[in-house]
Amino acid sequence: MLELKNITKSFNQRIVWKNLSLKIQDGQILCVVGQSGGGKTTLLRCISGLERLDKGQMLLDGQPFDPIASRNNDAVIGVVFQDFQLFPHLTVLENITLAPKLALKESNQTAVEAARELLTKLSLADKADLYPYQLSGGQKQRVAIARALAMKPKILCYDEPTSALDPGLRDKVKAIILQLKAAGMTQIVVTHDWEFAQQIADQTFKIEPQKQ
Amino acid sequence: MEYILQILPSLLSGARMTLSIFFWTLLGALPLGLIVGLGLTSRFRPFKAVLRLYVWLMRGTPLLLQLIFVFYGLPMIGFTLERYPAALFAFILNYTAYFAEIFRGGLQSIDPGQYESAKVLRLTYWQTIRKIVTPQVVKIVLPSIGNEVINLVKDSSLVYVIGLGDLLRAGNVATSRDVTLVPLVLVGIIYLLMTAVLTFVLRKCEQHYSYWK
Repeated sequence: MLELKNITKSFNQRIVWKNLSLKIQDGQILCVVGQSGGGKTTLLRCISGLERLDKGQMLLDGQPFDPIASRNNDAVIGVVFQDFQLFPHLTVLENITLAPKLALKESNQTAVEAARELLTKLSLADKADLYPYQLSGGQKQRVAIARALAMKPKILCYDEPTSALDPGLRDKVKAIILQLKAAGMTQIVVTHDWEFAQQIADQTFKIEPQKQ
Repeated sequence: MEYILQILPSLLSGARMTLSIFFWTLLGALPLGLIVGLGLTSRFRPFKAVLRLYVWLMRGTPLLLQLIFVFYGLPMIGFTLERYPAALFAFILNYTAYFAEIFRGGLQSIDPGQYESAKVLRLTYWQTIRKIVTPQVVKIVLPSIGNEVINLVKDSSLVYVIGLGDLLRAGNVATSRDVTLVPLVLVGIIYLLMTAVLTFVLRKCEQHYSYWK
C-alpha cells in the first residue's frame, strides 16, 4: 500500500497542491483526474522521484519511502511517460533489457528471456528487433509498459496513457491495464479523460487547481 | 616524372608528420571535447564560467598565435616543450574547444525526457551518459565534427611556424630550391587525397548511424 500524507508541492511560490493525502491499496487502480495544469503530472513526478516534495511524507507498506533517495536496486515505481521516451538508438528488446542488466545486474540471458515473455504478453513478440521509429504509437506505448515492467516495480504509473493514441486504441490500453490488474499490479493512472478513468478505476482522485 | 619521384620521398615524410599531428590531435581532442562539452552543460556555474573563458580564448585567437605562444612564450615562464609536443599541446587545446562547443549543442538537443526515463529505470548518471546520451549525441554531431576533422588536416600545416617539417613545408623547401611550382601542385594533390579518404570514412560513419532515427 502506498500512502501519501499531507504532501505539498510548489514551484517558485506557486502552490501546485497543498496538504494532499491519498492511499492506494495493493492491486488496485487509482485514477488521478483533473484539468490540465492542475498538478496531476507533478504528483506522478513526485511519486516516481523526479520531483522533490516540499512537505509531507510517503509511506510504502507503512514504511517511510523516499523515491529520490532509494536508488538501490529494488525498483519500486515504474513509469510510462506520456511521450513514452523510448531510447531511439536501441531495439525494442534492448530498450527492455538495458535497465535490468545495468541496474538489477541481471545476466543477458535472464533479461532477454524475461523481456521476450513480456513482449509476448503484450503481443509484440515479432517487434523485438525493430527500432522505436518503426513502431506505431500504440506499439511504442506497449514497449514502454514492457520496459517499466521489466524492472519488476511494485507500482506502475502512467502519465496520460490515452492522449497520444487514436480513439480505437483506448480500449486496447484499457485491456492491458486490466490484464495487469488481474496479475496483481498496483497502478496509478494520471488522465484528463474522465470516461476512461471511470472505466478502469477502483478509486478516482480529483486534483483541483489551487486558488492562489 | 623523374623530378616528381625525386622529391616524393621528402613530401611523403612531410605527409607523415601531417598525419601524425592529425591523428594524435583527434585522439586527444575528441574525448576531451566531450568532457568539456558535458561541463558546459552542467549546472555548476563557476565551473561553467571557467570552461566558457577557455573556449572563448581558444576560439577567439588564431591557432597560429597559440602555437607561437606555446613554443616561444611558455619557456619564458619556465615551461619548455619540444617542438612536436608543443604543437600537439596547442592543437589539442584548440580543437578541444571547438569539439566542446559542438558536443554542447548535441547534448542540449537531447530530450530531457531521455534523462528522466533513464532515471526512473534506475540507471546511474554515468550509465545514462554512456548508454543513452552519447550514442544519440554522436549521431547528431557527426556532420559538424566531420567539418572540423577536415579542417584539422589543413590546419596542421601551421606547425611550420615552430620549425616542424610537415607536408606543406616539404613542398615549400623544394619549390624555393628548384624554382618550380610542381612540388606545391603535388602538395595540393596529397592534401586532396587525404581529405578524400576522410570524407569517405566520415560518410561511412554517418551511414553506420542511419539504422535508427
